[in-house]
Amino acid sequence: MAGLLELTVAEAAAKIAAGAISREEYFAAWMQAAAGDELNAYLWAVENHDDYQVAEGPLSGIPVAVKDIFCTEGTPTTAGSKILAGYRPPYTAHAVERLDAAGARVLGKTNMDEFAMGSSNENSAYGPVLNPWDRGRVPGGSSGGSAAVVAGGLAPCAIGTDTGGSIRQPASLCGIVGLKPTYGSISRYGMIAFASSLDQCGPLTRDVTDAALLLAAMEGRDPCDSTSVGIEGGIVAPSRESLEGLRFGVPAELASDAIDAGVRAVFEATLARIEALGGEIAEIALPNAEHGISAYYVIAPAEASSNLARYDGVRYGLRAGGDGDLLEMYETTRAEGFGPEVKRRIMLGTYALSSGYYDAYYGQAQKVRTRIAEDFAAAFASIDFVVTPTSPSVAFGLGEKTADPLSMYLNDFFTVPMSLAGIPAISIPAGLAPPEGGGPELPVGFQIAAPAFAEQKLLEAAYALERAIGFDARPEGVDG
Amino acid sequence: MTDELSGILAHVDRISQMDLDGVEPTSHVVALENVLRPDVPRPSLSPEQALESAPEPVDGAFRVPSPQADA
Repeated sequence: MAGLLELTVAEAAAKIAAGAISREEYFAAWMQAAAGDELNAYLWAVENHDDYQVAEGPLSGIPVAVKDIFCTEGTPTTAGSKILAGYRPPYTAHAVERLDAAGARVLGKTNMDEFAMGSSNENSAYGPVLNPWDRGRVPGGSSGGSAAVVAGGLAPCAIGTDTGGSIRQPASLCGIVGLKPTYGSISRYGMIAFASSLDQCGPLTRDVTDAALLLAAMEGRDPCDSTSVGIEGGIVAPSRESLEGLRFGVPAELASDAIDAGVRAVFEATLARIEALGGEIAEIALPNAEHGISAYYVIAPAEASSNLARYDGVRYGLRAGGDGDLLEMYETTRAEGFGPEVKRRIMLGTYALSSGYYDAYYGQAQKVRTRIAEDFAAAFASIDFVVTPTSPSVAFGLGEKTADPLSMYLNDFFTVPMSLAGIPAISIPAGLAPPEGGGPELPVGFQIAAPAFAEQKLLEAAYALERAIGFDARPEGVDG
Repeated sequence: MTDELSGILAHVDRISQMDLDGVEPTSHVVALENVLRPDVPRPSLSPEQALESAPEPVDGAFRVPSPQADA
Protein backbone atom coordinates (compact mmCIF):
# COMPACT_ATOMS: atom_id res chain seq x y z
CA MET A 1 0.00 0.00 0.00
CA ALA A 2 2.71 2.46 1.06
CA GLY A 3 4.39 2.01 -2.32
CA LEU A 4 1.37 3.49 -4.10
CA LEU A 5 1.35 6.55 -1.86
CA GLU A 6 5.02 7.26 -2.58
CA LEU A 7 4.35 7.98 -6.26
CA THR A 8 4.05 11.54 -7.53
CA VAL A 9 0.92 12.36 -9.52
CA ALA A 10 2.85 12.19 -12.79
CA GLU A 11 4.31 8.78 -11.87
CA ALA A 12 0.94 7.40 -10.75
CA ALA A 13 -0.84 8.72 -13.86
CA ALA A 14 1.79 7.06 -16.06
CA LYS A 15 1.47 3.72 -14.23
CA ILE A 16 -2.33 3.88 -14.43
CA ALA A 17 -2.20 4.67 -18.14
CA ALA A 18 0.18 1.73 -18.69
CA GLY A 19 -2.12 -0.58 -16.73
CA ALA A 20 0.55 -1.25 -14.08
CA ILE A 21 -1.77 -0.18 -11.26
CA SER A 22 -5.55 -0.02 -11.22
CA ARG A 23 -7.44 3.21 -10.64
CA GLU A 24 -9.67 1.55 -8.07
CA GLU A 25 -6.72 0.24 -6.09
CA TYR A 26 -4.94 3.61 -6.22
CA PHE A 27 -8.03 5.56 -5.17
CA ALA A 28 -8.79 3.08 -2.37
CA ALA A 29 -5.26 3.47 -0.99
CA TRP A 30 -5.66 7.25 -0.83
CA MET A 31 -9.17 6.98 0.60
CA GLN A 32 -7.75 4.89 3.41
CA ALA A 33 -4.91 7.39 3.95
CA ALA A 34 -7.40 10.29 4.07
CA ALA A 35 -9.54 8.41 6.59
CA GLY A 36 -6.51 8.37 8.91
CA ASP A 37 -6.34 12.20 9.07
CA GLU A 38 -5.07 13.23 12.51
CA LEU A 39 -4.25 16.80 11.42
CA ASN A 40 -7.86 18.10 11.19
CA ALA A 41 -6.96 18.76 7.56
CA TYR A 42 -10.12 17.35 6.00
CA LEU A 43 -13.59 18.74 6.66
CA TRP A 44 -15.13 16.02 4.52
CA ALA A 45 -13.67 13.01 2.72
CA VAL A 46 -15.04 10.40 0.31
CA GLU A 47 -16.08 7.30 2.25
CA ASN A 48 -16.84 4.81 -0.45
CA HIS A 49 -15.96 4.35 -4.07
CA ASP A 50 -18.63 1.88 -5.13
CA ASP A 51 -19.65 4.08 -8.04
CA TYR A 52 -16.06 4.61 -9.08
CA GLN A 53 -15.92 5.99 -12.61
CA VAL A 54 -13.57 8.57 -14.03
CA ALA A 55 -12.94 10.15 -17.40
CA GLU A 56 -10.00 9.22 -19.59
CA GLY A 57 -7.40 11.97 -19.54
CA PRO A 58 -4.01 13.08 -18.28
CA LEU A 59 -5.19 12.81 -14.64
CA SER A 60 -7.24 9.65 -15.04
CA GLY A 61 -7.60 7.97 -11.65
CA ILE A 62 -5.87 10.71 -9.63
CA PRO A 63 -7.56 11.72 -6.34
CA VAL A 64 -7.44 15.46 -5.61
CA ALA A 65 -7.99 17.19 -2.27
CA VAL A 66 -10.02 20.36 -2.81
CA LYS A 67 -10.01 23.41 -0.53
CA ASP A 68 -13.46 23.82 0.98
CA ILE A 69 -13.85 27.17 -0.77
CA PHE A 70 -14.72 25.42 -4.06
CA CYS A 71 -18.37 24.56 -4.56
CA THR A 72 -18.89 20.85 -5.15
CA GLU A 73 -22.38 19.76 -6.10
CA GLY A 74 -24.12 17.77 -3.39
CA THR A 75 -21.18 17.61 -1.00
CA PRO A 76 -20.65 19.95 1.99
CA THR A 77 -18.95 23.26 1.20
CA THR A 78 -18.37 25.55 4.18
CA ALA A 79 -15.43 27.86 3.33
CA GLY A 80 -14.35 27.18 6.91
CA SER A 81 -17.32 29.16 8.20
CA LYS A 82 -20.18 28.36 10.56
CA ILE A 83 -22.43 30.51 8.37
CA LEU A 84 -22.23 27.80 5.65
CA ALA A 85 -22.42 24.78 7.99
CA GLY A 86 -24.28 21.99 6.19
CA TYR A 87 -24.46 23.87 2.89
CA ARG A 88 -24.49 21.61 -0.17
CA PRO A 89 -24.09 23.67 -3.37
CA PRO A 90 -26.30 22.96 -6.38
CA TYR A 91 -23.32 23.21 -8.77
CA THR A 92 -19.58 22.54 -9.04
CA ALA A 93 -16.75 25.05 -9.45
CA HIS A 94 -15.24 25.31 -12.93
CA ALA A 95 -11.72 24.39 -11.73
CA VAL A 96 -13.03 21.18 -10.16
CA GLU A 97 -15.04 20.35 -13.29
CA ARG A 98 -11.89 20.76 -15.37
CA LEU A 99 -10.03 18.34 -13.08
CA ASP A 100 -12.94 15.89 -13.34
CA ALA A 101 -12.84 16.18 -17.13
CA ALA A 102 -9.11 15.33 -17.06
CA GLY A 103 -9.94 12.15 -15.12
CA ALA A 104 -9.28 13.28 -11.54
CA ARG A 105 -11.73 12.76 -8.70
CA VAL A 106 -12.35 14.72 -5.50
CA LEU A 107 -10.90 12.84 -2.51
CA GLY A 108 -12.06 15.30 0.12
CA LYS A 109 -12.61 18.95 1.07
CA THR A 110 -9.84 20.57 3.06
CA ASN A 111 -9.97 22.81 6.11
CA MET A 112 -9.10 26.49 5.71
CA ASP A 113 -9.18 29.88 7.38
CA GLU A 114 -12.76 31.15 7.34
CA PHE A 115 -13.47 32.61 3.87
CA ALA A 116 -9.69 32.32 3.20
CA MET A 117 -8.93 35.10 5.69
CA GLY A 118 -5.80 34.13 7.56
CA SER A 119 -2.20 32.96 7.39
CA SER A 120 -2.26 30.15 9.96
CA ASN A 121 -5.53 28.23 9.52
CA GLU A 122 -6.43 29.21 13.09
CA ASN A 123 -9.41 31.20 11.80
CA SER A 124 -11.34 28.09 10.73
CA ALA A 125 -14.68 27.64 12.51
CA TYR A 126 -13.81 23.93 12.54
CA GLY A 127 -10.55 24.19 14.48
CA PRO A 128 -6.96 24.67 13.30
CA VAL A 129 -5.10 22.31 10.98
CA LEU A 130 -1.90 20.90 12.50
CA ASN A 131 1.42 21.05 10.65
CA PRO A 132 2.51 17.48 9.74
CA TRP A 133 6.14 18.38 10.56
CA ASP A 134 5.28 19.46 14.12
CA ARG A 135 1.73 19.21 15.40
CA GLY A 136 2.32 22.08 17.80
CA ARG A 137 2.76 24.41 14.84
CA VAL A 138 0.50 25.94 12.19
CA PRO A 139 0.49 24.72 8.55
CA GLY A 140 0.11 28.30 7.28
CA GLY A 141 -2.99 29.60 5.61
CA SER A 142 -5.41 30.09 4.28
CA SER A 143 -5.04 26.88 2.21
CA GLY A 144 -3.57 25.15 5.30
CA GLY A 145 -5.61 21.97 4.92
CA SER A 146 -4.60 21.55 1.28
CA ALA A 147 -0.91 21.98 2.16
CA ALA A 148 -1.11 19.66 5.18
CA VAL A 149 -2.78 16.78 3.29
CA VAL A 150 -0.09 16.80 0.58
CA ALA A 151 2.81 17.14 3.04
CA GLY A 152 1.23 14.71 5.51
CA GLY A 153 0.67 11.87 3.03
CA LEU A 154 -3.14 12.24 3.08
CA ALA A 155 -3.54 13.18 -0.61
CA PRO A 156 -1.31 13.02 -3.70
CA CYS A 157 -2.14 16.60 -4.68
CA ALA A 158 -4.51 19.43 -3.81
CA ILE A 159 -5.90 22.71 -5.02
CA GLY A 160 -6.29 25.91 -3.06
CA THR A 161 -6.79 29.62 -3.56
CA ASP A 162 -4.34 32.48 -3.15
CA THR A 163 -5.49 36.06 -2.51
CA GLY A 164 -2.37 37.45 -0.82
CA GLY A 165 -0.24 34.32 -0.36
CA SER A 166 -2.74 31.65 0.69
CA ILE A 167 -1.24 28.93 -1.55
CA ARG A 168 2.44 29.89 -1.43
CA GLN A 169 2.82 30.51 2.33
CA PRO A 170 1.25 27.21 3.50
CA ALA A 171 3.22 25.35 0.78
CA SER A 172 6.37 26.95 2.20
CA LEU A 173 5.52 26.10 5.82
CA CYS A 174 4.68 22.48 4.92
CA GLY A 175 7.62 21.81 2.57
CA ILE A 176 5.72 21.33 -0.70
CA VAL A 177 5.22 23.17 -4.02
CA GLY A 178 2.50 25.84 -4.27
CA LEU A 179 1.71 27.83 -7.41
CA LYS A 180 -0.36 30.98 -7.69
CA PRO A 181 -1.00 31.44 -11.41
CA THR A 182 -1.53 34.80 -13.12
CA TYR A 183 -4.86 36.41 -12.24
CA GLY A 184 -7.18 35.30 -15.05
CA SER A 185 -5.50 31.93 -15.75
CA ILE A 186 -8.18 29.79 -14.12
CA SER A 187 -11.89 30.55 -13.86
CA ARG A 188 -13.13 31.70 -10.46
CA TYR A 189 -16.64 30.38 -11.17
CA GLY A 190 -17.85 28.44 -8.14
CA MET A 191 -14.94 29.60 -5.99
CA ILE A 192 -16.45 31.34 -2.97
CA ALA A 193 -15.39 34.98 -3.30
CA PHE A 194 -13.14 36.76 -0.79
CA ALA A 195 -11.45 39.60 -2.74
CA SER A 196 -12.52 39.20 -6.36
CA SER A 197 -9.76 41.27 -7.98
CA LEU A 198 -7.07 39.16 -6.25
CA ASP A 199 -8.47 35.61 -5.73
CA GLN A 200 -6.84 32.95 -7.90
CA CYS A 201 -6.98 29.15 -7.84
CA GLY A 202 -3.82 27.05 -8.02
CA PRO A 203 -2.21 23.67 -7.26
CA LEU A 204 -0.39 22.45 -4.11
CA THR A 205 1.76 19.44 -5.01
CA ARG A 206 4.80 17.39 -4.11
CA ASP A 207 6.81 18.65 -7.04
CA VAL A 208 6.88 21.16 -9.89
CA THR A 209 5.92 18.61 -12.55
CA ASP A 210 2.70 17.80 -10.68
CA ALA A 211 1.92 21.51 -10.35
CA ALA A 212 2.26 21.83 -14.14
CA LEU A 213 -0.06 18.84 -14.67
CA LEU A 214 -2.81 20.34 -12.51
CA LEU A 215 -2.42 23.83 -13.96
CA ALA A 216 -2.61 22.40 -17.49
CA ALA A 217 -5.93 20.77 -16.63
CA MET A 218 -7.47 23.81 -14.91
CA GLU A 219 -6.35 26.82 -16.95
CA GLY A 220 -8.50 28.24 -19.69
CA ARG A 221 -11.24 30.61 -20.65
CA ASP A 222 -14.66 30.09 -19.05
CA PRO A 223 -17.71 32.04 -20.21
CA CYS A 224 -18.97 32.02 -16.60
CA ASP A 225 -16.01 34.17 -15.42
CA SER A 226 -15.45 37.24 -17.59
CA THR A 227 -11.99 37.76 -16.02
CA SER A 228 -10.74 34.31 -17.06
CA VAL A 229 -8.57 34.41 -20.16
CA GLY A 230 -6.48 31.23 -19.86
CA ILE A 231 -2.80 30.80 -20.72
CA GLU A 232 -1.94 31.12 -24.40
CA GLY A 233 -0.27 27.98 -25.69
CA GLY A 234 -1.29 25.95 -22.63
CA ILE A 235 1.09 24.26 -20.18
CA VAL A 236 3.33 21.23 -20.72
CA ALA A 237 5.52 19.23 -18.33
CA PRO A 238 8.71 21.19 -17.61
CA SER A 239 12.05 19.68 -18.64
CA ARG A 240 14.68 22.42 -18.36
CA GLU A 241 17.89 21.45 -16.59
CA SER A 242 20.04 24.57 -16.77
CA LEU A 243 19.36 28.18 -15.86
CA GLU A 244 21.87 29.49 -18.40
CA GLY A 245 20.90 32.88 -19.78
CA LEU A 246 18.26 33.59 -17.11
CA ARG A 247 18.45 36.57 -14.74
CA PHE A 248 16.99 36.42 -11.22
CA GLY A 249 16.30 39.69 -9.42
CA VAL A 250 16.54 40.00 -5.65
CA PRO A 251 14.56 43.03 -4.45
CA ALA A 252 16.73 45.08 -2.13
CA GLU A 253 13.70 46.36 -0.21
CA LEU A 254 12.14 42.96 0.50
CA ALA A 255 15.37 41.18 1.31
CA SER A 256 16.37 43.71 3.95
CA ASP A 257 13.36 43.30 6.21
CA ALA A 258 13.01 41.09 9.27
CA ILE A 259 13.82 37.57 8.08
CA ASP A 260 14.76 34.74 10.42
CA ALA A 261 18.45 33.83 10.24
CA GLY A 262 17.70 30.23 9.24
CA VAL A 263 15.40 31.34 6.41
CA ARG A 264 18.00 33.82 5.19
CA ALA A 265 20.70 31.13 5.13
CA VAL A 266 18.52 28.80 3.01
CA PHE A 267 17.63 31.72 0.71
CA GLU A 268 21.28 32.59 0.15
CA ALA A 269 22.24 28.97 -0.42
CA THR A 270 19.50 28.78 -3.06
CA LEU A 271 20.85 31.90 -4.82
CA ALA A 272 24.23 30.13 -4.96
CA ARG A 273 22.54 27.09 -6.55
CA ILE A 274 20.98 29.33 -9.20
CA GLU A 275 24.44 30.63 -10.06
CA ALA A 276 25.83 27.10 -10.12
CA LEU A 277 23.14 26.22 -12.69
CA GLY A 278 24.26 29.11 -14.88
CA GLY A 279 21.68 31.66 -13.77
CA GLU A 280 22.61 35.23 -12.98
CA ILE A 281 21.66 37.06 -9.75
CA ALA A 282 20.99 40.80 -9.89
CA GLU A 283 19.81 43.26 -7.28
CA ILE A 284 16.64 45.05 -8.31
CA ALA A 285 14.45 47.79 -6.84
CA LEU A 286 10.76 47.39 -6.01
CA PRO A 287 10.49 50.67 -4.09
CA ASN A 288 6.74 50.44 -3.51
CA ALA A 289 6.59 46.78 -2.51
CA GLU A 290 7.04 47.67 1.15
CA HIS A 291 3.62 49.36 1.01
CA GLY A 292 2.06 46.16 -0.30
CA ILE A 293 0.71 45.03 3.06
CA SER A 294 -0.93 48.42 3.73
CA ALA A 295 -2.56 48.51 0.28
CA TYR A 296 -3.59 44.86 0.50
CA TYR A 297 -5.24 45.25 3.91
CA VAL A 298 -7.38 48.04 2.47
CA ILE A 299 -8.27 46.47 -0.89
CA ALA A 300 -8.90 42.89 0.27
CA PRO A 301 -11.18 43.82 3.22
CA ALA A 302 -12.99 46.39 1.06
CA GLU A 303 -13.83 43.75 -1.55
CA ALA A 304 -14.62 41.21 1.16
CA SER A 305 -17.05 43.53 2.92
CA SER A 306 -19.00 43.73 -0.31
CA ASN A 307 -18.71 40.02 -1.26
CA LEU A 308 -19.78 38.80 2.18
CA ALA A 309 -22.98 40.85 2.16
CA ARG A 310 -24.64 37.83 0.51
CA TYR A 311 -24.60 35.82 3.76
CA ASP A 312 -27.85 37.08 5.20
CA GLY A 313 -29.76 33.95 6.19
CA VAL A 314 -32.25 34.26 3.34
CA ARG A 315 -31.30 31.88 0.52
CA TYR A 316 -28.83 29.38 2.02
CA GLY A 317 -26.66 28.75 5.04
CA LEU A 318 -27.30 29.62 8.64
CA ARG A 319 -30.35 31.58 9.75
CA ALA A 320 -30.54 32.78 13.34
CA GLY A 321 -32.91 35.10 15.19
CA GLY A 322 -35.87 34.33 12.93
CA ASP A 323 -38.44 35.31 15.55
CA GLY A 324 -37.95 39.08 15.32
CA ASP A 325 -38.08 41.34 12.28
CA LEU A 326 -36.00 41.07 9.11
CA LEU A 327 -33.19 43.37 10.24
CA GLU A 328 -32.83 41.50 13.50
CA MET A 329 -32.61 38.21 11.57
CA TYR A 330 -29.83 39.62 9.34
CA GLU A 331 -27.89 40.92 12.33
CA THR A 332 -28.24 37.80 14.46
CA THR A 333 -27.36 35.51 11.55
CA ARG A 334 -24.17 37.45 10.79
CA ALA A 335 -23.22 37.93 14.45
CA GLU A 336 -23.52 34.18 15.11
CA GLY A 337 -22.28 32.94 11.73
CA PHE A 338 -19.04 34.89 11.23
CA GLY A 339 -15.86 34.44 13.26
CA PRO A 340 -13.78 37.33 14.71
CA GLU A 341 -11.31 37.71 11.81
CA VAL A 342 -14.10 37.88 9.24
CA LYS A 343 -15.93 40.50 11.33
CA ARG A 344 -12.68 42.47 11.69
CA ARG A 345 -12.18 42.55 7.93
CA ILE A 346 -15.80 43.41 7.15
CA MET A 347 -15.50 46.37 9.54
CA LEU A 348 -12.14 47.45 8.10
CA GLY A 349 -13.47 47.20 4.56
CA THR A 350 -16.69 49.02 5.30
CA TYR A 351 -14.71 51.78 6.99
CA ALA A 352 -12.24 52.06 4.08
CA LEU A 353 -15.13 52.40 1.63
CA SER A 354 -17.16 54.86 3.67
CA SER A 355 -17.69 58.37 2.42
CA GLY A 356 -15.04 60.73 3.75
CA TYR A 357 -12.43 57.93 4.01
CA TYR A 358 -12.75 56.42 0.54
CA ASP A 359 -10.09 58.58 -1.11
CA ALA A 360 -7.63 58.37 1.79
CA TYR A 361 -7.83 54.58 2.01
CA TYR A 362 -9.37 52.73 -0.90
CA GLY A 363 -8.49 55.25 -3.63
CA GLN A 364 -4.95 55.58 -2.29
CA ALA A 365 -4.51 51.80 -2.01
CA GLN A 366 -5.54 51.37 -5.66
CA LYS A 367 -2.87 53.88 -6.66
CA VAL A 368 -0.24 52.05 -4.61
CA ARG A 369 -1.33 48.94 -6.47
CA THR A 370 -0.59 50.68 -9.76
CA ARG A 371 2.85 51.69 -8.48
CA ILE A 372 3.65 48.12 -7.38
CA ALA A 373 2.61 46.73 -10.78
CA GLU A 374 4.80 49.38 -12.46
CA ASP A 375 7.74 48.39 -10.21
CA PHE A 376 7.47 44.78 -11.37
CA ALA A 377 7.08 45.81 -15.03
CA ALA A 378 10.22 47.95 -14.76
CA ALA A 379 12.15 45.12 -13.10
CA PHE A 380 11.09 42.56 -15.71
CA ALA A 381 12.57 44.79 -18.42
CA SER A 382 16.03 43.66 -17.32
CA ILE A 383 15.46 40.36 -15.46
CA ASP A 384 13.41 37.18 -16.01
CA PHE A 385 12.29 36.42 -12.45
CA VAL A 386 11.96 38.03 -9.03
CA VAL A 387 13.02 35.80 -6.13
CA THR A 388 12.39 36.13 -2.37
CA PRO A 389 11.89 33.86 0.61
CA THR A 390 8.21 32.84 0.56
CA SER A 391 7.73 33.56 4.25
CA PRO A 392 9.96 35.46 6.71
CA SER A 393 9.92 32.51 9.14
CA VAL A 394 9.41 28.76 9.29
CA ALA A 395 6.10 27.43 10.68
CA PHE A 396 5.22 29.23 13.91
CA GLY A 397 3.53 27.79 16.98
CA LEU A 398 -0.24 27.44 17.34
CA GLY A 399 -1.51 30.53 19.15
CA GLU A 400 1.80 32.40 18.73
CA LYS A 401 0.40 35.22 16.58
CA THR A 402 -3.34 35.11 17.23
CA ALA A 403 -3.28 37.89 19.83
CA ASP A 404 -1.89 40.42 17.35
CA PRO A 405 -3.62 40.46 13.93
CA LEU A 406 -1.06 42.90 12.52
CA SER A 407 1.88 40.56 13.20
CA MET A 408 -0.13 37.83 11.45
CA TYR A 409 -0.71 40.13 8.46
CA LEU A 410 3.03 40.91 8.19
CA ASN A 411 3.59 37.22 7.44
CA ASP A 412 2.31 37.97 3.93
CA PHE A 413 5.05 40.56 3.33
CA PHE A 414 6.75 38.63 0.50
CA THR A 415 3.65 37.23 -1.18
CA VAL A 416 1.24 40.19 -1.27
CA PRO A 417 3.09 42.35 -3.87
CA MET A 418 2.74 39.63 -6.57
CA SER A 419 -0.97 39.29 -5.79
CA LEU A 420 -1.51 43.03 -6.15
CA ALA A 421 0.35 42.98 -9.48
CA GLY A 422 -1.59 39.89 -10.61
CA ILE A 423 1.59 38.02 -11.64
CA PRO A 424 2.35 34.30 -11.20
CA ALA A 425 4.57 33.08 -8.37
CA ILE A 426 5.61 29.65 -7.13
CA SER A 427 6.99 28.48 -3.80
CA ILE A 428 9.29 25.46 -3.85
CA PRO A 429 10.86 23.78 -0.81
CA ALA A 430 14.50 24.91 -0.63
CA GLY A 431 15.75 23.36 2.58
CA LEU A 432 15.27 23.09 6.33
CA ALA A 433 16.01 25.57 9.09
CA PRO A 434 15.45 25.65 12.85
CA PRO A 435 12.79 28.02 14.23
CA GLU A 436 14.11 31.21 15.92
CA GLY A 437 13.56 29.86 19.42
CA GLY A 438 15.34 26.59 18.58
CA GLY A 439 13.91 23.13 17.95
CA PRO A 440 13.81 20.58 15.16
CA GLU A 441 14.33 21.90 11.64
CA LEU A 442 11.34 22.87 9.51
CA PRO A 443 10.84 23.51 5.77
CA VAL A 444 11.77 26.83 4.12
CA GLY A 445 10.17 27.94 0.86
CA PHE A 446 11.80 29.84 -2.01
CA GLN A 447 9.52 32.08 -4.07
CA ILE A 448 9.98 32.74 -7.79
CA ALA A 449 7.74 35.27 -9.57
CA ALA A 450 7.45 35.86 -13.31
CA PRO A 451 5.66 38.29 -15.66
CA ALA A 452 1.94 37.79 -16.28
CA PHE A 453 1.12 34.54 -18.14
CA ALA A 454 4.78 33.41 -18.18
CA GLU A 455 3.79 30.25 -16.23
CA GLN A 456 5.62 27.85 -18.57
CA LYS A 457 8.88 29.75 -18.19
CA LEU A 458 8.33 29.94 -14.42
CA LEU A 459 7.71 26.19 -14.16
CA GLU A 460 10.80 25.43 -16.27
CA ALA A 461 13.05 27.49 -13.98
CA ALA A 462 11.44 26.06 -10.83
CA TYR A 463 11.90 22.54 -12.22
CA ALA A 464 15.60 23.04 -12.90
CA LEU A 465 16.13 24.53 -9.46
CA GLU A 466 14.05 21.81 -7.75
CA ARG A 467 16.28 19.12 -9.27
CA ALA A 468 19.42 20.92 -8.12
CA ILE A 469 18.07 21.36 -4.58
CA GLY A 470 16.95 17.74 -4.34
CA PHE A 471 14.69 18.39 -1.33
CA ASP A 472 13.66 14.94 -0.11
CA ALA A 473 12.91 15.51 3.58
CA ARG A 474 9.50 14.31 4.77
CA PRO A 475 7.65 14.69 8.07
CA GLU A 476 8.15 11.73 10.40
CA GLY A 477 5.96 8.79 9.42
CA VAL A 478 5.28 10.03 5.88
CA ASP A 479 6.60 7.93 2.98
CA GLY A 480 7.55 9.16 -0.43
CA MET B 1 -11.40 44.58 18.82
CA THR B 2 -11.22 48.42 18.90
CA ASP B 3 -7.50 48.37 19.78
CA GLU B 4 -6.77 45.80 17.09
CA LEU B 5 -8.57 47.83 14.43
CA SER B 6 -6.75 51.00 15.52
CA GLY B 7 -3.39 49.21 15.25
CA ILE B 8 -4.19 47.97 11.75
CA LEU B 9 -5.42 51.40 10.65
CA ALA B 10 -2.26 53.05 11.99
CA HIS B 11 -0.19 50.70 9.80
CA VAL B 12 -2.43 51.18 6.79
CA ASP B 13 -2.38 54.95 7.33
CA ARG B 14 1.20 55.07 6.01
CA ILE B 15 -0.15 54.97 2.46
CA SER B 16 -2.50 57.89 3.00
CA GLN B 17 0.61 60.06 3.53
CA MET B 18 2.12 59.10 0.15
CA ASP B 19 2.09 61.61 -2.68
CA LEU B 20 0.30 59.77 -5.46
CA ASP B 21 -1.24 62.67 -7.35
CA GLY B 22 -1.72 61.79 -11.00
CA VAL B 23 -1.29 58.02 -10.49
CA GLU B 24 -4.09 56.00 -12.12
CA PRO B 25 -5.88 53.72 -9.65
CA THR B 26 -5.85 49.97 -10.46
CA SER B 27 -9.11 48.20 -9.74
CA HIS B 28 -8.23 45.20 -11.84
CA VAL B 29 -5.03 43.80 -13.35
CA VAL B 30 -6.44 42.18 -16.48
CA ALA B 31 -7.27 44.59 -19.28
CA LEU B 32 -10.88 43.78 -20.10
CA GLU B 33 -13.59 45.24 -22.27
CA ASN B 34 -17.28 44.83 -21.65
CA VAL B 35 -18.80 42.13 -23.79
CA LEU B 36 -22.39 41.10 -24.40
CA ARG B 37 -23.46 37.49 -24.59
CA PRO B 38 -26.07 36.31 -27.10
CA ASP B 39 -29.56 36.70 -25.64
CA VAL B 40 -30.48 33.02 -25.83
CA PRO B 41 -31.86 30.90 -22.99
CA ARG B 42 -29.52 28.26 -21.58
CA PRO B 43 -29.89 25.65 -18.85
CA SER B 44 -29.79 27.00 -15.31
CA LEU B 45 -30.86 25.94 -11.82
CA SER B 46 -34.45 24.80 -11.43
CA PRO B 47 -36.54 26.56 -8.75
CA GLU B 48 -36.36 23.35 -6.69
CA GLN B 49 -32.53 23.29 -6.85
CA ALA B 50 -32.31 26.98 -6.02
CA LEU B 51 -34.50 26.49 -2.96
CA GLU B 52 -32.82 23.30 -1.76
CA SER B 53 -30.53 25.07 0.71
CA ALA B 54 -32.99 27.76 1.80
CA PRO B 55 -33.59 28.00 5.56
CA GLU B 56 -37.32 28.51 5.00
CA PRO B 57 -38.61 27.81 1.50
CA VAL B 58 -42.31 28.31 0.91
CA ASP B 59 -44.35 27.96 -2.29
CA GLY B 60 -41.31 28.35 -4.55
CA ALA B 61 -40.01 31.40 -2.68
CA PHE B 62 -37.72 32.35 0.22
CA ARG B 63 -39.67 33.22 3.36
CA VAL B 64 -38.16 35.93 5.61
CA PRO B 65 -39.40 37.59 8.80
CA SER B 66 -41.47 40.73 8.30
CA PRO B 67 -39.42 43.90 7.74
CA GLN B 68 -41.63 45.61 10.32
CA ALA B 69 -41.26 44.41 13.88
CA ASP B 70 -44.91 44.68 14.88
CA ALA B 71 -46.44 43.61 11.58
